[in-house]
Order: sequence, then structure tokens, then C-alpha cells
Amino acid sequence: MVASVISVDRLRKTYGTFVAVEDVSFEVEEGEIFGLLGPNGAGKTTSVECAQGLRVPDAGDISVLGLDPRTQGSQLRQLVGSQLQESALPGRLKVWEALDLFASLVPGGPDWREVMERWDLTGKASASFSSLSGGQRQRLLVALAVVNEPRVVFLDEMTTGLDPAARRATWQLIEAIRDGGATLVLVTHFMDEAEQLCDRLAIVDEGRVVATGSPQSLIAEHGGDLLIHFSTDRPDVSFLDAIESVHAVSRHGPHVTVAGHGPVLALVGAELVRNGIVPTDLRVQQSTLEDVFLRLTGHGLAE
Amino acid sequence: MTSLLKMTWVEAKLFLREPVTVLFTFALPLMILYVLGGVFGNEANPGSEGDMVVYGGYGPTNWYTPAYVGLAIASVAMIGVPAHLAEYRERGVLRRFRASSVARSMFLSSQLIVAVLISTIGSVLLLALAFPTTEVEGPESAALFLAAFVLGAICFSAFGILLGTVLPSARAAQSAGLLLWFLFMFVSGAGPPPEVLPGSLNTIGQYAPLTPVIRMLQEPWLSGEWAAGYSVAVLAIGVVSAGAAYFLFKWE
Repeated sequence: MVASVISVDRLRKTYGTFVAVEDVSFEVEEGEIFGLLGPNGAGKTTSVECAQGLRVPDAGDISVLGLDPRTQGSQLRQLVGSQLQESALPGRLKVWEALDLFASLVPGGPDWREVMERWDLTGKASASFSSLSGGQRQRLLVALAVVNEPRVVFLDEMTTGLDPAARRATWQLIEAIRDGGATLVLVTHFMDEAEQLCDRLAIVDEGRVVATGSPQSLIAEHGGDLLIHFSTDRPDVSFLDAIESVHAVSRHGPHVTVAGHGPVLALVGAELVRNGIVPTDLRVQQSTLEDVFLRLTGHGLAE
Repeated sequence: MTSLLKMTWVEAKLFLREPVTVLFTFALPLMILYVLGGVFGNEANPGSEGDMVVYGGYGPTNWYTPAYVGLAIASVAMIGVPAHLAEYRERGVLRRFRASSVARSMFLSSQLIVAVLISTIGSVLLLALAFPTTEVEGPESAALFLAAFVLGAICFSAFGILLGTVLPSARAAQSAGLLLWFLFMFVSGAGPPPEVLPGSLNTIGQYAPLTPVIRMLQEPWLSGEWAAGYSVAVLAIGVVSAGAAYFLFKWE
């Protein structure tokens, strides 16, 4: 039995007549990377800001580390680390000064110089925030979020605006935080990021959670068929229809596509070999979270 | 406590790293010192028959110098502090601080301390230049003047923090701060002699919060007395501003 460190139940938040969060519920378990995936404006940021006590929800119950963010917000913010969207540091603040200052806010953490070393910022210690590259800024902001070894870390759109190399590097940072024992909540609108990093995730659209689960289970449940492609000169491959998990076989010249579910790849492979077909271009096309999202919401993530 | 000291130290350094702000904050009172001081000299006007007595009968430079110390306090509190706070709010720096459990009281205290520190630097600079280059005579009571400075700097800085709390944007804070600074300069006794101001401006002057600060600074300098009434007004401005700033303060 894994304890849940964050529990959000039927959260609702409006700004005037605009409903930012209609109905959001999710549980985050200790030590996992939990993702909130959805397009911009889906209500992800508002949800995590409510969970940190930075915004007051209109309705719903939230518990983070056993605390109520509404009434124990400042106490809670001592225990969580946070990288917020649309936040910045003073442009002329130096890297070491930022770490020194933020480390002093919650006493009892490790020496900030160690943190600076661990996040590979020592070479930039005297550089001002405004002179850092996008990737370096993210690295500093993550370092500040974890400088006091918080048990829960919220990361909101970490990689927006970063080039591919910096994104990859940021992903490694996120995994490093988890390996350090923290529980992470990752807000993102990047499907590949969620699929790569999250142990479990909630798909959020128009202020509602439309599905929750591990990326693999969501894909298995909502992603539709697995597609297997190969080429062969053999005119007749109808023996594949007899495999139980195959739904359809289609053919265009030598190119064969088999749609199926579950163990279909292994079964099709075995059946092909048994019939003397050993294609060199056998490949499987899996559904992605993008497909899951499209099926569940009727529109793409990019909208 | 450590975090308050660190925040104060960092904020003080950040202020000194902004060349434009530093120049503006320190140079404005100096500019006034040499322009106005140069115009009026330090010849006391005892008011011969039919003449108006101006500067309360004191030498203009003696009258203006403590008033300019008030301007130095005001330039930090009204031009520096409000724009700084509003910019922090606009850029999401305050958001960032709050998410890392920076306490409101700690943050506002650090801003107050930094403003008082910078005011002190500005005032020392002003006096250090005024003594060798003008005919100003030293204060009648240096101790009372110092006490008036400490009270005035703390209370008027709190007023500046209140401005930074209620003004909506950095741009608004910057323009409003500058405008108020010049208005207050003219009507608070640091500009034209108060005796020659038309009645309406004198009325504004009576209610301008900088006026009691300047009078409180002038009294011990010119007569060696403590301006009890003005100091109560200054204290009231400080307490009300600090309280209002604390309750109205918004992180975003």
C-alpha cells in the first residue's frame, strides 16, 4: 500500500465567469512522477497552484502531505519545491546569490554550494540570471525548487521554449530529482515528455480530467489497435486472420498491415516464421498519448 | 532572521547594480542642491520694512540643506521603491518568492531596511558635497537632526512601499513616483520659499506627506529644537503606511 501524498478531489476554480477548472480529481503516490497533460488553458496550472495554496479553489478538497493548502499554505510551501510558469528572478541576481538566498528560506537543508555543484552551476556561480541561456535558467530554477530537499516538487511547463538538447537535459534533471526520493508533479502540454517521464498521468481537457493511468495503460486502453507492418512476395497471408488478437489485415502490393491488440505482435511474428515468411522490415506502430488524447477529447493536443 | 538579512543584503546589492536607478536616486537631490542653492545663496533675509520674510528668516542654504536631505529620502521612497516593487510583481519575481515560502512580513521588512540604507547613503553623499561646496552652516543640534533623519527615513520609506503596493504597474509606479516627487518638492518647502507660494499650493503642501518630514528635519538643524507636532505626523504616516502596505500587499 503506497501512501498518496497529494489528493485532489472535485476541484473547481473560476475567475469571474471563466471556468478555469471544472472538475479535477487525482491522487499522487509517494515517489512517483505524476503528470498533468493537456493543451494550454486546460486548467493544469490552476490546479497545481491551488495544490500549493497559491490560489483558493471555489470548491473541492485538496490535501498535500496531510496539509490543507487553503489554511496551511505557508506551512505547506516550506515542504514543497516549485517551478512556476511566468515567474522570474531579478535580472541582475547572481546564480550563487539566488541559491544562497533560497537555501536560507527553509532552514536545515544541505549546503547550497553542494546543490550548485550537483546541478552543474558552479561554473556560472557569478553570472547574473539575465545572462543565462534558457537551459541554464531552467537548471537554476529547478535547483532553487529542490534546494531544501522538498518531499514534493511541482514543475510547471519546464521545457517550453527550450531547444531539443536542453529539453533532453531537463528530462534528466527531472529523473534525478525523483531518484533523490522526491515525489514530482509535472505539468506539460508535450505528449512525448509525459510519455517519457511520467509513471502515471491525468489527461486534462477543458477543466476536467478525462483519463488517469500510466502512459502504457492509457495507450492500451484508449489508444486503439497496434499496427504491424511488413512486406512479403507471398500472395496469400490469410492465415493471419485466424490469430485471435488480430482484428484486420490489409494489403497494398507487397506491403501488409495487421491491426490487432494485446500479444498480437508476438503471435503474428511466430505465425509468419511458421509459414516461412521472415520479413526484414517487420515493425510495429504503437499508438501514442497523442492518439489517446485525440480519441478521448475529439481534438488534438496542439489546439 | 538569516533569511531577512540575506534578502536585505541581496536587495541592497541589486539596487546598487542598477546604474540608472542609482544615478537618478542620488543625482536628483544633488541637482536641486546646486541649482536652487546656487540661485539663492545663504544671505539671511531679516525682512526690512515692507519686505516679506522668507525662509523663516534663516539663510536660504541653511534652510534648504536639511530639506534636501528630505528630498534624498523621498527620491528613494517615491522614485526607487514603488517602481522596484511593481516591477517585481510584473515580472513574476514576487510569485517566485512566495512559492518558496518567503513571508510577507520578511519581504516587506527587507524592502524597508534597504530603502532606509539607500536613503542614508544618498543623504551622506548630499551633505558630504554640500559642506565643502556651499555656505551651509552645520545643524544647531546634530543629535536631534540625526534622530529626525532616522524617524523620517523609516516612516517615509514605508509610504514608498505603500505606493509600490497599490500602483498597478511598473510604468504607472515610475510616472506617479516622479510626478509626486516633483509636486512634493515644490510644495513641501524644498522648492520655492513657502512664503511666496500661492494659497492653494500651500494648502496642498500642508497635506503632502513629505512636508512634515522636511519640517521635522529643518527644525533641529535651524533652531536646535525637536519638532514634536511634525514628528507625530511623520510617525502616523509611517504606521498607517506600513499597516496598509502589509494588508494590501499582493504577490501578483
